[in-house]
Amino acid sequence: MNLDNFLLMRHELVLTIITLIVLIADLSIKEDKKQRIIPIAIFLFGVNAIIGFFPVVTGNLFGNMYKISDLQCTMKNVLNIGVFIILLQSVEWLKSTDNKLKISEFYLLIFSTLIGMQFMISAGSFLMLYLGLELATIPMAALAAYDKSRSTSAEAGVKLILSAAMSSAVLLLGITFIYGTTGSTYFDVVSLKFSNNPLQTLAFILFFSGMAFKISLVPFHLWTADVYEGSPVNVTSYLSVISKGASAFILIIVLFSVFNSISMIWKPLMYIISVLTMTIGNLFAIRQQNMKRFLAFSSIAQAGFILLGIIGANGVGMTSVIYFIFIYIFSNLGAFGVVSVIYYKTKKENMDDYDGLYLTNPKLSLVMMLALFSLAGIPPVAGFFGKFFLFTAAATSGYYWLVFIAVLNATISLYYYLLVVKAMFINKSDNPIAYFKTDAPAKAALIMCVVGIFFIGFLSVIYSYMASISYGI
Amino acid sequence: MTNFSYTVLIPLIPIFVFLFIGLTGHKMKPLVSGIIGTTGLAISFILSYFTAYQYFFNTEKINGAYQKILAVNITWLQFTDKLHVDMGVLLDPISVMMLVVVTTVSFMVHIYSIGYMKGERGYHRFFAFLSLFSFSMLGLVLATNIFQMYIFWELVGVSSFLLIGFYYEKPSAVAASKKAFIVTRFADLGFLIGILILSFNTGTFDFINLTTVGGPAMATGAGASFLGLSVMTWSLIFVFMGGAGKSAMFPLHIWLPDAMEGPTPVSALIHAATMVVAGVYLVARLFPVYALSAPDGLTVVAYVGSFSSLFAAVIACTQMDIKRVLAYSTMSQIGYMMVGVGVSRYGGEAGLGFMASMFHLFTHAMFKALLFLGAGSIIHAVHSNVMNEMGGLRKYLPITHITFLIACLTIAGIPFLSAFFSKDEILSAAFEHNRLIFFVQLFVAGLTAFYMFRLYFRVFWNKEPHYHHTPHEAPLTMTIPLIFLAIASIFAGYIPFGQFVSSDSIPFHSEIDWLHVAIPSIIVGLLGITLAFVMYKKESNLPDKMANSLKLLYVGAFNKFYFDELYLFVTKKIIFNYISRPVAWFDRHIVDGSMNGIAWITNAASIKIKGFQSGQLQQYAFVFVLGSLLLGILFSYFFIYLF
Repeated sequence: MNLDNFLLMRHELVLTIITLIVLIADLSIKEDKKQRIIPIAIFLFGVNAIIGFFPVVTGNLFGNMYKISDLQCTMKNVLNIGVFIILLQSVEWLKSTDNKLKISEFYLLIFSTLIGMQFMISAGSFLMLYLGLELATIPMAALAAYDKSRSTSAEAGVKLILSAAMSSAVLLLGITFIYGTTGSTYFDVVSLKFSNNPLQTLAFILFFSGMAFKISLVPFHLWTADVYEGSPVNVTSYLSVISKGASAFILIIVLFSVFNSISMIWKPLMYIISVLTMTIGNLFAIRQQNMKRFLAFSSIAQAGFILLGIIGANGVGMTSVIYFIFIYIFSNLGAFGVVSVIYYKTKKENMDDYDGLYLTNPKLSLVMMLALFSLAGIPPVAGFFGKFFLFTAAATSGYYWLVFIAVLNATISLYYYLLVVKAMFINKSDNPIAYFKTDAPAKAALIMCVVGIFFIGFLSVIYSYMASISYGI
Repeated sequence: MTNFSYTVLIPLIPIFVFLFIGLTGHKMKPLVSGIIGTTGLAISFILSYFTAYQYFFNTEKINGAYQKILAVNITWLQFTDKLHVDMGVLLDPISVMMLVVVTTVSFMVHIYSIGYMKGERGYHRFFAFLSLFSFSMLGLVLATNIFQMYIFWELVGVSSFLLIGFYYEKPSAVAASKKAFIVTRFADLGFLIGILILSFNTGTFDFINLTTVGGPAMATGAGASFLGLSVMTWSLIFVFMGGAGKSAMFPLHIWLPDAMEGPTPVSALIHAATMVVAGVYLVARLFPVYALSAPDGLTVVAYVGSFSSLFAAVIACTQMDIKRVLAYSTMSQIGYMMVGVGVSRYGGEAGLGFMASMFHLFTHAMFKALLFLGAGSIIHAVHSNVMNEMGGLRKYLPITHITFLIACLTIAGIPFLSAFFSKDEILSAAFEHNRLIFFVQLFVAGLTAFYMFRLYFRVFWNKEPHYHHTPHEAPLTMTIPLIFLAIASIFAGYIPFGQFVSSDSIPFHSEIDWLHVAIPSIIVGLLGITLAFVMYKKESNLPDKMANSLKLLYVGAFNKFYFDELYLFVTKKIIFNYISRPVAWFDRHIVDGSMNGIAWITNAASIKIKGFQSGQLQQYAFVFVLGSLLLGILFSYFFIYLF
């Protein structure tokens, strides 16, 4: 292997270099000027995101440990865009006095987890996947506990690390069984030797439970609400959008490339989990008052919709999942962006606090409304197209009842999304949130989200491109 | 071959202007937004003329016919291999001609509005909407397929709605905008059904495929039949329903007079020159299909057009609001165009009607825009729409007076002005193919001359009322478009139109039939003018006497033959009471009831499962392990029994 081969892993390499630069910068900048790291980190990450879009070289590295194709490259780019938006949204928060000394920590941790996710996406072996998973999980717990002084944040960190440890254990047990029955950890070898005998089925179920934890599918979701509520807002959005999206990507890759031979097992499994996830996520979301907890449960329900595309198990399904997650990033980050802006300005994060927001902050309310409409899937915003293609994928494979249940759930979700819209536009309040100016980076992030929400649905090139690469596993 | 891909800019510039003014307009001075809008349109205007020059003079003909050029075509939505919706630019003689018409009138209206709208609230909003309209109309004209046309058709409807309701604080304007939108939308339902049947039968949306002789549309021409007409004919009649709605043909005309609530430049642009002729353009677009595989459809078009034109002309003789007179006159003139297409046949000399109809569309756009802009200038001067409050204005508004007179003479069909040529060609075509319609149209020509000169004499001569302040001539930005359009109205008739536009795109030469058509039409025109002169030149009691002697007709026409009341009766009394009420009851009790039940169950379940989310990590871990074990057992079990 020669040096050129390293080009294949340019996403991870560039990001690693950036992480190191931020680390060095942190060491060489004086304590009272730490804020300078913010523009440096954002700029460097922007460069990284752009480099990600350079033409793709496909191939394998390290004896099939690491694989890269158009599809995986696109997935990484999608994540990069999402992380870039989150970085912009978190500027205001990092500038606050509490965080004065630990600004660079945020970037180091977030970049490390992203590197982990990118390795997972490119994994060609369960070993690589597991390494990536740990790299993506452990720093995440530190991120959740970033506001050390706040007890809920510390609680979130502890809960995340403990439940993640357990899920890792279960996942590792699954991998052990897989290795034990097939004699290999490489995807291409395992996929040939995998069949539907009970031990291998159990191995698959254990592996799946571990992944389901990351995507927070019911019944592996219970950690979600507490962690989401306790973590700082921007970390919550990172968890609910990027981490979840990456795990969903990995799940499809593994299901299609390794466990394709037992699709008659995982299809009914997905069916059950999908129905449970959508329904229970929605039922919990209805009653939430805290905006972060509310979005946490709604994101559980959204994960249930993603399974609809996976169950379709065809090219359309694959495309629709990537497309849906791409749109979901913009919609959910739009909603989280508004929540975070309001939280850092006013420390308010309950639904009642949003009463009458339209009268005082019309632009923020409109962004929030658009984001929620997109999450609910109301045409003509992008979220509609995302859901539409997911449903199409499931329907073309004949899962009409599943689509019917999904439509019912989409209706329920519309109800609670509209509760927020109603609070902002219709409810009267004696003490509404006063008008304030949003800082420039957060504003830029919100504009990106709005543009995404408006245009992705209409730019059919995006969908066609994703469709053209979806068979590339 | 000349490359025409730049034509895509013609519609794109206005939409960018719309977005720009719409987003940033409130921060700039009003005048600046007007200038930006006008400049944007000026560029489209120049590009359109350049396109027309390139297309008609510098592009090779194939077998002597102008080519149909797909300048730009992008697959927008690909559903299946066969079913896809494209967006693009189609150039052929009629679309190029429409480009010229739309951009000319729109450009003139933009210039005019800079002066007319001065000091109005929402100045920038007005220009933003004008640009949006121009974009939609140009997109409609250039559509490569019937689906793209439908999309822009609706966009045109929306922009028209926004502009009619421009004075949204005025209840009548709001009502009028709603009425226009709902009536045309109802008609568009027919259009959509027509599109669905047509494309289902032919397997294509594409205009070039549809209108090629021997193409799929002609091949499936006969098809199954229903109530004695072929499916093809039915689909085209439905399509025509959409066209009739937009073009205010009887009985879908009721929105047009009310639409005059919008600012006058809007009436000139949308409700006189461009949008309302979209229906004619639609029929012309699909003309080969109509003529070759559904001639019965054309007969319907001809009779609807003819009746509408008579009906509107009669009403126009009694109206007192000058804009309403012009609105009915528009309806009547569009009737002429429909007659032209309706009596035409495909190819060569037999296609005279088609050519004449397009010709009349062209000249009508010029002189009708002139009439509306002139009316705007009058309203600007006296601050009223009603004829009773006008009179003797020729002294105060010299330029408006002269240009208005030119327009009246043109529409009356006085020889050697533009409409004389275009109208007489329609009459010639009618004379060839349908004598009944010919006589109706001849009579309407006389009525037209009468009501236009009634308007002219009432406003510019007759007795002067007491003006609160002396009326004064409009500013330069308003008079320049008047002069330009007046020149166009005089000379547009000398364009050898048959050389450019014909039913089969092959140029031909047409002659005026002096004996049978031109002379009678001049005579009725002059009769109409003379009658108006006698009755309205000075104040007299002749009009009242006349009204009394034809009392029934007069009262009927004055009240627009009670069509508004009829529609209200049908919708409010019949549909609301006997259809909507039971449906509403069903909705409120059965549908809502079951929905509320579901909502109650959802809510109750939501409360019941609250216990799961206890905050206890041990419990979370327990559920986690339990879940994976259960699934493991379930699927191993499944495995044993199923496989």
